[in-house]
Parts: sequence; C-alpha cells; structure tokens
Amino acid sequence: MLILGPLGFVTPWILAALAALPILWIILRAMPPAPRLQQFPGVALLLGLRDPVPVARRTPWWLLLLRLLAMALLILAFAGPVWKPVQRAAEPGPLLVVLDAGWAAAPGWAGRQARAERALQDASGDGRPAALLLTDGRQTGPLVFSPASDLLARLRAAAPVAWSSRLPEDLAETLADQPEGRLNTLWIADGLDSENRADWLAQLTARGPVTVVPPAQPLMALTLHSDDTPSLTLHTLDDQAPAILAIGPDPQGTPRELARLTPGDATEGAADAGIRTRPVAIDLPPELRNRITRFQIEGQNHAGAVVLADDRVRRRKVGLVGDADSAAEGQQLLSPLHYLRRALAPTTDLVEGGLGDVLDTAPDVIIMADQLLQDETPELAEWVDEGGLLIRFAGPRMAAYETLPDEPLLPVRLRPGGRDIGGALSWGDPRGLAAFAADGVFTGLTAPDEVAIRAQLMAQPAPDLAARTIASLSDNTPLITRAPVGQGQVVLFHVTANADWSNLPISGLFVQMLDRLVASARVSNPTEQPAQDREQPFWMPEQVLDGFGLAEGAGDLAPVAADQLALGPGPGQPAGIYAAGERRLALNAGTPLIRADWPGAFVESAADAPGRDLTGWLIAVAALLLALDALCSALLMRGRARPGRAAAAAGTAAGGTAAAGLLVALLFALSPGSARAQDAAEVLNPELLRAANEVALAYVVTGDAEVDEISRQGLQGLSRALFYRSSVEPGEPVAVDLDSDDLSMLTFLYWPVTDGQPVPSPLAYMRLNHFLRSGGLILFDTRDGDLAGLGGPDMGASLQGLAAPLEIPPLSPVPEDHVLTRAFYLLEDFPGRWQGRPVWVEAPPAGAEATEGVPFRNLNDGVTPVVIGANSWAEAWAVDDSGMPRFPVGRGYEGEEQREMAFRFGINLIMYVLTGNYKSDQVHVPALLERLRSEEVMP
Amino acid sequence: MSFSPADLRARAETEAGGLPALVLSAERLAAMIAPGAHGLRRAGPGEDFWQYRPAASGDTARSIDWRRSARSDAQFVRDREAQTAQSAVIWASAGQGMAYRGGTDRPTKRDRARLLAMALGMVLLRGGERVALAGQPPRSGRLQADRLAQSLALQADSGADADEPPLEALRPNQRVVLIADFLGDPAWVTDYLARASALGVKGALLQVLDPDEEVFPFDGAVLFRSLSGRVSHDTRDAGGLRAAYLARLAERRDLLRHGAQGAGWHFGTHDTAAAPSHALMWLYQVLGG
Repeated sequence: MLILGPLGFVTPWILAALAALPILWIILRAMPPAPRLQQFPGVALLLGLRDPVPVARRTPWWLLLLRLLAMALLILAFAGPVWKPVQRAAEPGPLLVVLDAGWAAAPGWAGRQARAERALQDASGDGRPAALLLTDGRQTGPLVFSPASDLLARLRAAAPVAWSSRLPEDLAETLADQPEGRLNTLWIADGLDSENRADWLAQLTARGPVTVVPPAQPLMALTLHSDDTPSLTLHTLDDQAPAILAIGPDPQGTPRELARLTPGDATEGAADAGIRTRPVAIDLPPELRNRITRFQIEGQNHAGAVVLADDRVRRRKVGLVGDADSAAEGQQLLSPLHYLRRALAPTTDLVEGGLGDVLDTAPDVIIMADQLLQDETPELAEWVDEGGLLIRFAGPRMAAYETLPDEPLLPVRLRPGGRDIGGALSWGDPRGLAAFAADGVFTGLTAPDEVAIRAQLMAQPAPDLAARTIASLSDNTPLITRAPVGQGQVVLFHVTANADWSNLPISGLFVQMLDRLVASARVSNPTEQPAQDREQPFWMPEQVLDGFGLAEGAGDLAPVAADQLALGPGPGQPAGIYAAGERRLALNAGTPLIRADWPGAFVESAADAPGRDLTGWLIAVAALLLALDALCSALLMRGRARPGRAAAAAGTAAGGTAAAGLLVALLFALSPGSARAQDAAEVLNPELLRAANEVALAYVVTGDAEVDEISRQGLQGLSRALFYRSSVEPGEPVAVDLDSDDLSMLTFLYWPVTDGQPVPSPLAYMRLNHFLRSGGLILFDTRDGDLAGLGGPDMGASLQGLAAPLEIPPLSPVPEDHVLTRAFYLLEDFPGRWQGRPVWVEAPPAGAEATEGVPFRNLNDGVTPVVIGANSWAEAWAVDDSGMPRFPVGRGYEGEEQREMAFRFGINLIMYVLTGNYKSDQVHVPALLERLRSEEVMP
Repeated sequence: MSFSPADLRARAETEAGGLPALVLSAERLAAMIAPGAHGLRRAGPGEDFWQYRPAASGDTARSIDWRRSARSDAQFVRDREAQTAQSAVIWASAGQGMAYRGGTDRPTKRDRARLLAMALGMVLLRGGERVALAGQPPRSGRLQADRLAQSLALQADSGADADEPPLEALRPNQRVVLIADFLGDPAWVTDYLARASALGVKGALLQVLDPDEEVFPFDGAVLFRSLSGRVSHDTRDAGGLRAAYLARLAERRDLLRHGAQGAGWHFGTHDTAAAPSHALMWLYQVLGG
C-alpha cells in the first residue's frame, strides 16, 4: 500500500496511468471535428483559399479540463484510495488468526475472509509464520504454523458451518507447535460467547497481543420452543423485529413463503442487557402449518435464523381406539370414530386398531371413544406418564359401568350413571356451552349457541374439579376435563363422540377443539427418551443446512445416535432434518444469544478498522463530471446552431448521439428474434398470406403441367363443395413450391405423386416436417387406383422416395371407427376417381379399447399427419371454369354417386384437418347411435 | 422543383403580365433586312401601307394596285413600308450549379433563370419581336411562346457545373440575353463578348445567384462540393473564408461588368430571394432603352 499523507492506495501501480493524461490532452485537443458536407456551386471561387487559422474550433479548454478531471478521478478510484488507512505497527512474532466459523459468522462471511486474508498477506509480507484456526470444532491436534501465503487457499475455501463456534478444548495442545516469539492473535469473532472462549482469551492475551474484530451487523437467532403449543422465539441484539417467514411447498410443490409471522413484544433478558427475546406464535391453520418446512428470519442468511419444521410443528400421530365400525353405510353415522376420523384426518396421521396395536405405533395422541380400560392399563399408563396425550370420550358403556369411580386414567372421578337433560322425562332444556376460560386451551374459540348437550357423565365434586375443567356447560357442570399425569395428560369429554348425547360432534367447534388438544400434545422427543426397542436408536440425516441456512443434501454423513443427537448440532451432525423410521426430527442451529466480552484484547471498531474507502465516491464524482460533460457538449452544439442553420446544428448534434444510436441499432440488429421476424417477412409469399387468411387449400407443384392443372381444378371443385355445404369457405387454391415456399401458414397440402417429380431439397423437408409436427396434413395421392393390385398404395417407388425423409408414424388402412368416417358425413369408403382402394392413415395406438356403449374407439388423440391413397381424388373433384366436372367418374348414376362420395370424403378430410378429433367427442354419440340403429333396421 | 412547359408558361405569363409589350430599342435598325415591326420609313417589304407610286417599268402586273389605278388613268403600285423584326436570343444556363438552392423558401437558380427567360420571351413576342433560345431559329408569334416554354422546360442538364452559350449561333444584329450564375471559369464570357461586339450584337448578362452564394453563411469545418461533385474544397473554418469569398465574388462581378461595358452590353445581378419581376423590369429597361 502506498501512503500519501492521509491517503493510501491499495493498488498504487494503477496511478501510472496518470502519466497518460497529457497525451490524452493532446489527442483531445488535436482531434478536429468531422467536416460537414455542404453542396455549394460557388466552390470555384473558394479554390485555392487557405484557412486563416490552421486548426479551427477546438474543444473549449474548460470542457477539456472537465474530461481530464473525470479521467484522473477514475484512475485514482481504480487505484483503491483509502482515507486515513489504519497502519497498525506489525509486531514481530508468529500470527494466529482465529476465525469464528459457526453459524453466527455467516453474515458478512466474505468480509471476515477478506479481513483474515489481509492479515495473512501482511504477515506474509513481513515473513512471519502464521496459523489459521477455524472454530468449527473440527480442529484436532496441534496447529501447524507455516508461511502465511500457504494458508490463503485454506482460508478462501473455508465456509461457516451450521453449528455454533467451538474452540478446541486444550489451548496448550493446539498451540504446541508455536514458533518462538510473542504470539500475535487476530480473532475475527462472531460476537457470541462459547464454552471455553473466556479461558482461551485469557491464555492468548498471556501469550501476546490479541486483536478482536467484532461482527459488523447485530446478530439475530430463531429458536423453536416446543411446548404444549410449539412457538418460536426471536433473539436479537438490538430493537429490530423482522418478520418471520414460514416457507413451505405451495400446492404446485414450489417452495414459497406461506405466511409471515410477526414477533410479539420484546422481553429484555435480565442476564445480559441489550439482548431481546420476542415470542413468535405459530398461529396458522393446521393445513397450512403442516406444509411448512422451515421458518426463517426475513433478511437473515445464516443457519441460526432458520428453524426447520419437524414433527413438533407438524402432524401429530393420533391413535383411535373404539368399537369397529359397522359395515352398513347408515350405521357409520352412529359410530363415534366416524366423527373423530372426519375431524382429525385433515390435520393428523390417524392410526386405528386395538389399544395394543395403537400403542405399538408410538402415537402422540390416543383417543378412546367410550372404552373401558382393562388389562392394557399398565402399558397405557406408562405411555401417558412419558408424555402421551390420552383423550377419552364418555358413552353408554362407561355410563353403565358399575365401578366407574375406580376407573383409572380419568382426569376426574366420575359418578356412575350420568344425567339426561331435556329428555322426555326430565325437567329443563338441553344445555348449551359456557364461554371458554380466557387462559385455557380453548381460548379464543367461540361456543356456538346451537350446541346443546342432552346427556353427560357427571364428575364427583372435588376441590380440584374447577381447575381441571377446561370447558363447561352453561350450568357450570364440567364438559371437558383435563389432568396431567406424569409428563403427559388425560382429557375426558363427558359426552359421546357421536351425536347421541349432544350435537357437539357435528359442530365446527368439535374440530377446532380437537385440533387445539392435539396440537397441545407433546411430540415424543428422542432426546428425552431412552432408546427403547420401539425407538430408532440411530437417526439418518435427510437434509442438512450449511452455515448460510441453505439446505443441501445430506451427502455421506453418518447416522447419528439418538443420545448424540440430543447434544444439538455439532461436527458430524449439522443442523438439518434427521429421520428415524417414520419420525423426523429437526436439529436447529439457533441458540439463545450470549454476548461475548473481550477483556484484555484490542477490539477493532468498525469505524476506524480499514480506513474509509474512497473508491465509490471518486467513481460517483467522475460519473457526475462525465454527465456534466455530455450536458455541456450538448449545450455547446446548441449554441452553435443559430436560426437558419438548423442543418448545421443537426449535423453537429448528431455526432453526440451517434454512438448511442449505433449501439441501439447494433443491439436490434443482433437480436435474433427481430432478425427472424424480418427473414420471415421477407420470405413470405403474399399468395401464402392469402391462403392463411382464406383457409385456402394448397397443392404441391409437381412440375407436370397437366397434373398441376388437375390438382388446381380438383381443389377448386372441393373448395366449391365446401363453400356450398359447410361453413368452411376456402379461397382459390394455392400452388406451393416446396423448395421455396414457407408452409407455416398452411393447414392442408394435396400432393399428387408423379414419376418425374424432383425430390425437394433438405430445407424443404425440414419445412415439411415442421408442417407435419405443427398440425398440418398432407394428402398423398398416387392417382393410379392401385392398378398394380399390390394392395398397398402403389407408385410405391416414387412415393417412398418422396416421403422417406418425412417424419411419418406407422400407418394402417383407415379403421372403420376412424374420425375420418364421421367428421362431417358418415362414410364407409373413400372413393375418388377410383374406388375401393385402401386409404392409409396413422395406425391407431395399440390397445385402444372402445368404451362401452360407444361404437368407436377413442383412437385419434392427435390428427394423423398424412393420408395416403391411390384414388385420384383430384380428378373426381376437378371442375372446369364453368363448374362442370372435368373427368368422368364410373358409369352413369352410380358414377355420379361415387363422385358425390368423393366430395364427401374431401369435406370430411378438410373438416378433420380443421377440427381435429373434435368428432371423437361424445357430443354427437346419441344422434349417431340412433342413426346407426335405424340404418341397421332399414335393410 | 422543375417546371412543366404549361406550368412555366403560366408562371411566365403572370410575371410578364405586368409589362407592356417590349419593342427592342431601334438602334441600328436601318441595317435590318429581315422584316419586322420596326418601320424603316422607306418603301420595302412590310405590312403597313407606305405610298402609292406610279408603276414603272420593271413592276410586274401583279404588283399594280388595281383599285387605286382605277381612279385614274395611270397605274399605281402600292408600296409598303419596309419593316424589320429585331430578333432576340435568350440563353439560360443549364449547368448543374444552377440546380442549387440554399433554402426551401426559394426556388433553384435554374427555375428562376427559366422563369425569367420565358417571361422575357413572352414580353418580346408580344412586342412582335422574333425570339429564340440560343441555337434555335428566331421566330415570332404566339406559337413561338409555346415552343420556348417547351424547350426551356425540357432543357437537359449539361452535366458540368457551368456551360457556355453556343458561340457559333451568334448572328449579326441580334439581341442576346445571357442568364447564368457566372460562377465557373469566366473566360468564355470575354470571348463571347468580343465576338458579339464584332458582330454588332448587343445584349445583357444577368447573374442569378442564391442568397447563400452572396452572403456565404457557413461556419466551422465544411467540405464544400460542387453540385456535379467534380470540384470540392475542404476547410476547417468556413467562417474565416467568408471575406475572401465575398472579395472574389465582387472581383468576378467587376470582371463581368467591365467586360459587358466594354462590349456595349449590360450586366445585372439577381438573387433568387428577390421577386423575379425586379430582374424582368431591369431587362425590360435595358433592352427597351
């Protein structure tokens, strides 16, 4: 770095370019303006005159100065000027760079790397040995001190990790290889306290001076608080409260922001001033919540700002235990499980079966509808004790149970028998619900008026009855009671889960209540449970985060034992999603923030750390000067233009904008789209444009004048028939020369095959194939009536030669149920001038089956690209200019009938070309069926 | 902008309408042989009655005026006053330089020159003079106006920047009007005037210039090029050339004026921004005086 007074230059050699400025001055000065061409008859009088002043109209000196100043500023800017650069006197001795590499270091990682690189380069310049310690917890053994330049590659490859920064445990061991001399330490810190940081700092200060580079931005972290209702906590070091984005796949499967959560009021941590925590409630509909894959602090890109959603946030597994459903449909509505199933299925995973089976699947919630506990009780009690949520519903069986007060796993003691309200033999009306308590699990739900309870089980009065009641009737008798049992809880609905005792199960409130209750169930947490045979002892990483909070594949990470996983993210188990069997668990990097303090170390403050970089300012000023220059130049030109000499002014002003204009013109010229459009516009034949406008039929020019004339007349006859009989009104037929014409405007091409036809060029075949692919149809007509009698289309050699390069699918004779047979007329045969020869179209797909009741298969999802035949249709269609048929067809009346059929085939074909498989639709099936039936009867 | 014959004629009619018929000044008419409107105050071929004289031997019987002779015994011959028509030759330059105009608000020099030539021709024809374009036989009458218009309008570009009137078409006792910009090499003018004065031909030179050519309003770097593209001049400071150009123009005009005076001709200038009637009036005065 070059230091000039208070100014330092990072790359001083660029300043050498300043020497070029005087040359630039001379060039700019000497550059004459381009002369303007003026026609003038009086030139003869000018001949031989010499300019009074040799160089005319120089750039004004101040404009020149402006430009030179701008250039000089640009050169200075690129030399990397720094105002008052910090030059800390480098102390001799080895350098240790401690680079915090936990998730908290991810914001501004590039800046940290740059700072470390600068320090290493300085050390390299001084020839001091250096070592780089990344605090990602993967450093084992003593650090190697080497020439600082050797460390740069490792530094550049370093990336933050998705766990907290960890220092090696033993400083003495790590620094065992330290060379002689006082150890200079540069600690690029992430600002968070870690386990043995204070210890390290103390020892490092003992070994030499320690410089600490604190993080530039205040840090934020997000943690998941898995309680009854899982919620997030936002930890910040300042007063900011950015929104939390809930991200998950949308219905199309694309990850997107599903919701924005707003943090609540801040509570300042008592332990450390300045750290604020804000609760963030995940108050979302269950359907939405189940889709969320991650929560992220808006605008923060580090692993600590991401909370991956796992089972704790997502679907609960609910086991339903009840009487098996009756098979009959009507009785399903009587089954309590039916209502539970309908209420829970959208938001939870349901497991049904006997109590033992359900317990084996390790559910989060077990719901028992009117079940009495018998021998399974110890196992179930153990499950509840470990954190399960047991929800029980009352019912006639419980009401009739004689020793009901002794029934285990109930939140309250029950009286046997229960009570009926509002029955035929009782006083009073059915009871409604009382409003829910403001602090209970049902807070915020409103009890609808129409919910009425007609029967319930009654609780024995007890001192804690009121505390255990979470919903009650309007006469304060408990309706739902809850009691904790061990780490779990037991909930009892004092009514049935079907509509026998109340209409609660058929109200929307029932669904909401169950959702709330299920959401309050604690998800079984492997970290707090000993690995049992039911639990997976190892967790497979499915998806892990990098330090920036971006998801990546798990790669070859080893499975993690459950007890290891309980320790949180660390080396070998980065933050991410881990799966064991059906269960998925998220390890999140975010932790509550603890501010680090640095006694005895020199803390670089952000203000004076690198000096003020002037590059941006200089470039801005230079740009401003250049803009001013452009403005002045324009003004200068305008000044020269006096009235009556607009042309002169235009000439000079044009120079200024010429470059921009040229650039724009160049861009337009290079833009492929416009170029293609121009090409197309050039190539398009007006005749083809007309064909597109008028849906004109087209035929291929074969080169044989007679055949071409027949084609033209034939298509003309067909066009007339179409015009008279259908809503297709084609214009005059169009002759198409395959070698030169663009086919993209056409839909139908009649191609008579002749012997002497020249084979089209490869380009023409390209166009033909494009034509076929884009829905065009070619009617190949070998016109020989299959005289050779070989069965297939003849004039085989010519046709094969012509059609070989075309992309033609496998062919077959027209099946009886092909759309061609009914596109407009119902046809059996496709006669032209000849009759009874097979016509070939694209083969129907193998395995096409007719739908029952429909006389044809649904064959033609696409339109066949070719129709090949030998019936010489054009000759049958051909009319002369007076509209009379040109060629005789067949003999007598039958012949005319054949001609009529030929026209009908033509019309069907054109309809088929224009409407595709429209007729395959079922719309006309009834009418067609009717007609087919009557035709069968007729003969 | 170029005139069609009918157009040219209509515009020339308008311009010429303000002037009475021009009869060329009758100097040296005595020597005239060709008949015309200029009475020679002596008997000779002509149209107007001059005198009856007794028939002398040698008079043919056809020449005897029988009506006059019937009143007396002698035979009289009816003499007519000898008359001559002055012939005027007009030449408008067809050089490419004439196609110049400095601004859209004014016609090209060529159009102006043709207009002036046509108007002058019509005034002369109305005066009974015989008029022609240089190189063509002079004729009189209204039909000649049509022919003039035709030839003027269809006059081809010479291709060169400047052209010269045909020297060999000069005939004695003609009046010649040369309309051009006289910006090219003026050597031919001197020759022409020398020959004309030798033949007793008088006339006028009219220099038609565009205002730009008179003022030279150019500045900065300009590449001047003649309209045919054959001559060009490159300058870095056109404004600095203005004085020199104007001096040269004045010099050229002096040359022309002196030449004209020496040969008994007249020299006038006209710029296309002015009304054509000015130039026409000047020609009228010069030729009629």
